[in-house]
Amino acid sequence: MITMVEPIIQTENLTKKYGDFCAVNNLNLAINKGEVFGLLGPNGAGKTTTILMLLGLTEPTSGRVQVAGFDPIRNPLEVKRVVGFLPDRVGFYEDLTGRENLLYSAELNGLKGRKAKEKIEDVLEHVGLAHAADKKAHTYSRGMTQRLGLAEVLLKDPEIIIMDEPTLGIDPEGAQEMLNMIQALTKEHNKTILLSSHLLYQVQQVCDRIGIFVKGQMIAEGPMKTLYQQLVGNENHIVELEIKEDADDLAEFLRKIDGVTRVEKAKAYYLVHCNEDLRSAIAAAVCKRGYSLLHLHLRGYSLDDIYRRYFQHQEVSA
Amino acid sequence: MFSINLPAGLGTVFRKEFSDHLSGKRFLILFALILVTSLASIYVAGMTIRGMAARAQNDDFVFLLLFTSGKSSLPSFLSFLGFLGPLVGLALGFDSINGEYTRGSLIRILSQPIHRDSVINGKFLAGISIIFIMLISLILLVTGMGLLILGIFPTGAEIARMTVFILLSIVYIAFWLGLSILFSILFRQTTTSALAGMAAWLFFTIFVSIIAGVFADAIIPLHQGAGPQLILRHEILQHYLERLSPTTLYYEATTMILTPQLRTLSPVHIQQLEGAIPSTLPLGISLSLIWPHIVGLIALTFMCFAFSYGIFMRQEIRAT
Repeated sequence: MITMVEPIIQTENLTKKYGDFCAVNNLNLAINKGEVFGLLGPNGAGKTTTILMLLGLTEPTSGRVQVAGFDPIRNPLEVKRVVGFLPDRVGFYEDLTGRENLLYSAELNGLKGRKAKEKIEDVLEHVGLAHAADKKAHTYSRGMTQRLGLAEVLLKDPEIIIMDEPTLGIDPEGAQEMLNMIQALTKEHNKTILLSSHLLYQVQQVCDRIGIFVKGQMIAEGPMKTLYQQLVGNENHIVELEIKEDADDLAEFLRKIDGVTRVEKAKAYYLVHCNEDLRSAIAAAVCKRGYSLLHLHLRGYSLDDIYRRYFQHQEVSA
Repeated sequence: MFSINLPAGLGTVFRKEFSDHLSGKRFLILFALILVTSLASIYVAGMTIRGMAARAQNDDFVFLLLFTSGKSSLPSFLSFLGFLGPLVGLALGFDSINGEYTRGSLIRILSQPIHRDSVINGKFLAGISIIFIMLISLILLVTGMGLLILGIFPTGAEIARMTVFILLSIVYIAFWLGLSILFSILFRQTTTSALAGMAAWLFFTIFVSIIAGVFADAIIPLHQGAGPQLILRHEILQHYLERLSPTTLYYEATTMILTPQLRTLSPVHIQQLEGAIPSTLPLGISLSLIWPHIVGLIALTFMCFAFSYGIFMRQEIRAT
């Protein structure tokens, strides 16, 4: 399938300053239609500020923003019509029920009467809140509130969905459900999604492309693999290895495998440096010698490693 | 046929806030408080002026006495309303913006396709409508009770004066609503804005006359044996200082409206009263006497709202 590639969200040298503090620094971002983009960074990196500028809720100090062809500062209503936003720590009116809360949002979006009611049933079913629809919002758990927030976004049926820390404060199971729903959204409905998070494995799980955002700057951007290559290059792969037995000669033995350049021991792990991905060769060799393999992992392909690397770099240069 | 195009979201916000206020306990409690005190004061006033009512003539304005007369044990309806009315205004508005902010619903609402000012306009208009409904029903209730006690109907002139009184009260309570909305924008905590509102309320209703006295003493000190000229200047200065408070403006304006016999609000020489015919003033004259008060009250209300509006439109909306 050939998809037309045109950025639906675009920023040019977007900058936001609060006094001397630069929250977002010369951000150039292009997100294509149907893509899931993950904005990854620690707290206070400027992710929320960026999102608020995309929605026209905060005015940029300089630079340009285009969302679905509109400038959020000049045409905030057009932008808000096509963008569904799930803020972090989303909140609802506590003395209204979940359904009443959605009715209010539907009305703010110009949806009324029977059509609104039917649609609300649909989305409540979709996010699994149908059983709690008539309970007051103050009885909802954090996870339920977050799901109600997602229901509100779905109610609007927007082209673009922006989520700020969608899994913040939810238990792991709820977070996983949330991620599954996000994935379903892109697969079934072809929505463009921008989500921000400081949780690595979640972003890795759902995003096509990732931007790493530290101190207001996008320091790396791309699909997972290129992110890694940007950082490490091709020549050096590190495989982590752990075995059950104490084996003094294991390092020596591993070094003899073709392609291995160096072996280090770091606490429980052996770190095997090699030219290419030698996991299968190493595993076969270890088993052949009769050791029990406990852990084998190619470093770097987890976002964790990338993330950690970038932070280390950042701290050194700062 | 033509239809008015409301700005996006204004009607929706208005309807929601309106029904929230009506179903909220806060408003009901305050309304009950005001209703009980009002009925009590009207009852006491009615009992004392009952005898007068029997031999009343049309231009005596006996019915209006219901609202203005009180006893030492129980103040008049007018003083109760001037004292407790602000509480209603404060209760309707003190958490209107910061409450939504802490709940995390403000940013959610603002990311819907509505104009930002629809939120604050809707809230303000809903509050004013509630005040309007409250005052109308309150006045109708106490009037009904007055009818029962006195056994006379209010005359057309009296009804006209009561209408002006209701309008003035709406503006006065709307000022407090505007002030509390302003506080709810300025302060992030609902408790802080509630306390700030209470402080302003105590200051303007109780302390302002004390402080005006202190200032007047400092600026024009009265020594023993001070001449009448000096005392007069002192009095006038104190009066003007007190009028900085909306509560003083409200009391003076409504007293003037509900007491047609009243001719002036400032000190008078005995010579000036010589030859005056003891009669009542027509409504137009009473109104023109308190015109500055009315303009002042309306201006204060608008100022509160304008400040709130300006700050809210510029305010940074962060979710955290």
